[in-house]
Amino acid sequence: MSEVRYLVSGDCGMCVEFGNVISPEINEKIRAFKIAVEKSGIRGITETVPTYRSLLVHYQPDEISFKDLTERFEELMGSLSDIPIPPPSIIEIPVLYGGEFGPDLETVAEYNHMSPEEVILTHTSGEYLIYMLGFIAGFPYLGGMSPRIATPRLKNPRVRIEGGSVGIAGEQTGIYPVASPGGWQLIGRTPLKLYDAGREKPVLLEAGQYIKFRSVSRAEYERIEKELSDNTYQYVIRRKEE
Amino acid sequence: MGVTFINGGFLTTVQDMGRTGYQESGMPVSGVMDRRSAALANILVGNSEDEAVLEITLMGPVMEFDEDSVIAVTGGNLLPKINGKDFPMYQAVPVHRGDCLSFGGPAAGSRAYVAFAGGLDIPVVLGSKSTDLKSKIGGLDGRKIGGGDSIGFARPGITPVNIKRRKMEPEDFSAEEKIIRVVMGPQDDCFTEKGIDTFLTSVYTFTNESDRMGCRLQGMEIEHKNGGDIITDGIVFGAVQIPSHGQPIIMMADHQTTGGYTKIAAVISVDLPLVAQARPGQRVKFRRISIDEAQELYVEEKRRMKELKEEFDRAPDSCEDPEAVILSVLGCEAGRYQNPAGRYRAVIDGKEYILDLREEHEDI
Repeated sequence: MSEVRYLVSGDCGMCVEFGNVISPEINEKIRAFKIAVEKSGIRGITETVPTYRSLLVHYQPDEISFKDLTERFEELMGSLSDIPIPPPSIIEIPVLYGGEFGPDLETVAEYNHMSPEEVILTHTSGEYLIYMLGFIAGFPYLGGMSPRIATPRLKNPRVRIEGGSVGIAGEQTGIYPVASPGGWQLIGRTPLKLYDAGREKPVLLEAGQYIKFRSVSRAEYERIEKELSDNTYQYVIRRKEE
Repeated sequence: MGVTFINGGFLTTVQDMGRTGYQESGMPVSGVMDRRSAALANILVGNSEDEAVLEITLMGPVMEFDEDSVIAVTGGNLLPKINGKDFPMYQAVPVHRGDCLSFGGPAAGSRAYVAFAGGLDIPVVLGSKSTDLKSKIGGLDGRKIGGGDSIGFARPGITPVNIKRRKMEPEDFSAEEKIIRVVMGPQDDCFTEKGIDTFLTSVYTFTNESDRMGCRLQGMEIEHKNGGDIITDGIVFGAVQIPSHGQPIIMMADHQTTGGYTKIAAVISVDLPLVAQARPGQRVKFRRISIDEAQELYVEEKRRMKELKEEFDRAPDSCEDPEAVILSVLGCEAGRYQNPAGRYRAVIDGKEYILDLREEHEDI
């Protein structure tokens, strides 16, 4: 593991870099450091943004200088093992696979020489780490998809993909938070809203959390949709076992 | 209602200092492009620096006042006019019901800011009034202002103290070639020595591919060691991103929170207004300074703004029209002044009275 670097990122930002590869170990370190920074109560920090490789810390230089912040972070990094970091949680994402919501399920199955059922089984068997959110509000960058269902992007991207669509692009899987154009192979759709500006917590997912997809019937999809609009839906979230 | 727009101009939006705290969820900060001009407009009319203002781009809107107000126009000179006559910039000016504010066109800079005393009656969405055009939230339903739109005032009829004193020298954005200071990093180690040298010594031109998300520049290609792609990293306002084509893109107010291109440097906060006001065809030379220098400049600008605010808000030592002071401070118009605290000497019928309205006496 390479050493942590404290890099200047403008006069109001510090990039705390943990590595230059995509790995669950680095992600876990970033998550732990983020929690430690939030608990530390260091003055002048306005927000932190976890990414694959780093934690970007936004701060106010009239409250704390780059030099002083680096010192505080070095101390914090030294005592990181003393800070209790709760295990990450797993959130269940119900998905209606195939049909009109997953028009490319057959394509993915054919490309990988398996049946659509096997694709669903493979997709729902994994636990996907949310490395980071970015690109657009609420979009999770997920890791952990089985290469057995990897499929190249569409040659002609769709002009509009509905929010909640679950897709595959190369070796990645993802969920569209809101309607947008895109070239992912669509295999299903979740009734959950990854982004809702009107909700108290507008973005559902968090970096460092895990996702588990669950295949649901049309009847269940519609029931969840109704519960969401009635505000009675209970999100299924549990702690990941160590 | 405060103001009604006859037309919205090229791109007029409601912005404050932005929506902080949601970048970890992938939500851009948005907010004004030129923070200094917007803060000064607010200070001039007695608002807090981060109150929402109108950000006006190149071709301004036409708006009619439905109520009296006090406004200040700052930033780029887009030739503001009131009822067709030139309107002074960088100055608090009372406007009246029926007055029409319009803009003649861009004379210098590209963005003007209009602040209204007491602020704008715009709902706060996730902690900010800023319009986020991409997520379609904030401001007027997350969109730009058009003809027929109206915006109310948060505190109609409010007047800042010392109106005559509330003016300052306008910032000049007309330079065709700008020196923009940067701090290097976080991926300056992804460039060859030659690449860094090119970046710091050659002249770059602003292209017309510039918007609230970023400004694309054109010039000598900046050489990477191993291409411009990196594993995705966070982005700050002002980051100078160099993709593999070797041409700089300066990330602006609506920038994505993360991105997968190398960032050679970032424009320092006090020079970001120059980028926000730049126009296609204008040229820039980057100059590197240390992080310590950049942060000293930041602190210095904050301090100057605070002093300016105190100077504007400081109550006069004496008043030539004591009756007006007494009426406005104590009488039927009480509450009209935002900051009446101070020590007043009033001479009425040859007799001297002291009105002590300083902080500890505020319950008078």
